[in-house]
Amino acid sequence: MIRFDAVSKNYPNGTTAVDDLSLELAEGGITVLVGPSGCGKTTTLRMINRMVEPTTGTVSLRGRDIREVNAPELRRGIGYVIQHAGLFPHRTVLDNIATVPLLLGWSRKKARARAAELLELVGLPAEMAKRYPNQLSGGQQQRVGVARALGADPPVLLMDEPFSAVDPIVRAELQAEFIRLQKELHKTIVFVTHDIDEAIKLGNNIAVFRTGGRLAQFDTPERLLTSPADEFVADFVGHDRGIRRLSFVKAAEVPLREGPVLSATSPVAEARAVKEPWVLVVDDARRPLGWAPVAELPDSGTLVDVQLAPLGHTFSLVGDSARAALDSALLSPARLAVGVDADGAVVGAADVHEITGSPGGGDR
Amino acid sequence: MNDDEPLVRWQWIADHAAELADYTAVHLRLGLLPVLFGLIISVPLGILCHRLRRLYPPVLTVANILYSIPSLALFMIFVRYTGLTEQTVMIPLTLYTLSVLVPNVVDGLASVPEPVRLAATAMGFGTVRRVVQVELPIAVPVVIAGVRVAAVSSISLVAVGQLIGQGGLGYYITRGLQLDFPTPIVTAMVLIMLLALTTDALLVLAQRLLTPWSRSKVTAA
Repeated sequence: MIRFDAVSKNYPNGTTAVDDLSLELAEGGITVLVGPSGCGKTTTLRMINRMVEPTTGTVSLRGRDIREVNAPELRRGIGYVIQHAGLFPHRTVLDNIATVPLLLGWSRKKARARAAELLELVGLPAEMAKRYPNQLSGGQQQRVGVARALGADPPVLLMDEPFSAVDPIVRAELQAEFIRLQKELHKTIVFVTHDIDEAIKLGNNIAVFRTGGRLAQFDTPERLLTSPADEFVADFVGHDRGIRRLSFVKAAEVPLREGPVLSATSPVAEARAVKEPWVLVVDDARRPLGWAPVAELPDSGTLVDVQLAPLGHTFSLVGDSARAALDSALLSPARLAVGVDADGAVVGAADVHEITGSPGGGDR
Repeated sequence: MNDDEPLVRWQWIADHAAELADYTAVHLRLGLLPVLFGLIISVPLGILCHRLRRLYPPVLTVANILYSIPSLALFMIFVRYTGLTEQTVMIPLTLYTLSVLVPNVVDGLASVPEPVRLAATAMGFGTVRRVVQVELPIAVPVVIAGVRVAAVSSISLVAVGQLIGQGGLGYYITRGLQLDFPTPIVTAMVLIMLLALTTDALLVLAQRLLTPWSRSKVTAA
């Protein structure tokens, strides 16, 4: 879809922004370009819409050398979102979104109708249409920026650190919204960020660049975490990559054992017979109620009367990852993660060793 | 001056109302056309200076040197070519506006935020379209600020043109001096000030209408 063939960008002052890059980006996925500042990721992005021309090598889009296309024309077919949104302050939100359709010569009426559609798509209320950009919050401006980039429904979307200028809460919101949008739209997206967490969260594929404009590794997020190509990549993905890669392992793959599970109606003696320091107490439907501390149990009666320690949280075998299971184990007083099915009924338990030793989550 | 002569004889003003109106119209033309011509020169020159930064310092120096030439001297120079005509007044006044308008056009264009320029390019605006549809509209508040200064200074400078017989309301000032009669002098002075202030107010209004986006700073919840 987007192909870099031995592309380099050198500046007259002797700096090399991109060094002999060959890369092929698949259609319909999110490719994240990530790396420290000065690694050439933004330059690489801008070579796709000819805002930067390569010194050597070729960039092609759908098999066609992009130099064959007149630059403004090429750009109208490629959406572009930048860090500070870059909205036109003198145009209303609606007219900002209608920018590219108007450049393409659509009638004003049709362009505005399309813009109104997009405003809704990015989750902004219709009454925002008539506002000016300086009347919006940073997060709202960024949403308008995304809507504007989608104006003429381009197959390709370039995004240059679109969410890095907003606070972490808004960023998380925008990221979630972005994932939802992509599920709906299936664009080919090239996304630049310096934040490896964002890269792992959003990317189907990640290209890690090192200073000097060299590609260090191009892989799926999972492969990046499990098999970093070298020291640099390992360092860049961070020292908690061991934990993070668990988020790519489905909780269903965690081996569960039956564990010390007893119904609330069981007599106390039965709990003592288990020979474990903690017993998980469940109700009639096997939904977990809490942990009973065996050492502090009364001499007689049933588990109903016992003061239970809180569960922490359980993990779902249908939606969660092994990372959630690990967290569940760490928060439980018994150091056991409790796995539940779709109805919330206990399926089994696992400790930290069992979770991290699960397929794909263990040592490679 | 006769000690009994009042500063203003209202009867004289009433008698000369029609003539005063004619001279006011001439004054306005002599004062404002140079601002218009100045703008027509400054916009392309400012765009050029913005794009070729090396050009800006020499252009600004020339504009400032022109501004430093006394108007009287400049009128005398142009009399040789354009005679005792309105052009002889308007050409120097046009040249004077450049020292305010060119820097304001350049500053106005520089006030366009870099992300906006970048986004415009990335959306597929060609250079000309980007300048006309994005950069110039955003420069309008700064440009109008310059136009206000140029217009007020130009309107008050017109009176000096009376030395070559083309001074608009300046006519009454020399008349009053010759006749030792203060009423026309005071009347002309007040009218010139009124013209300048009204023009300024209209320009402020024009800016509000042209740039509704620049003031509505209400941050959304």
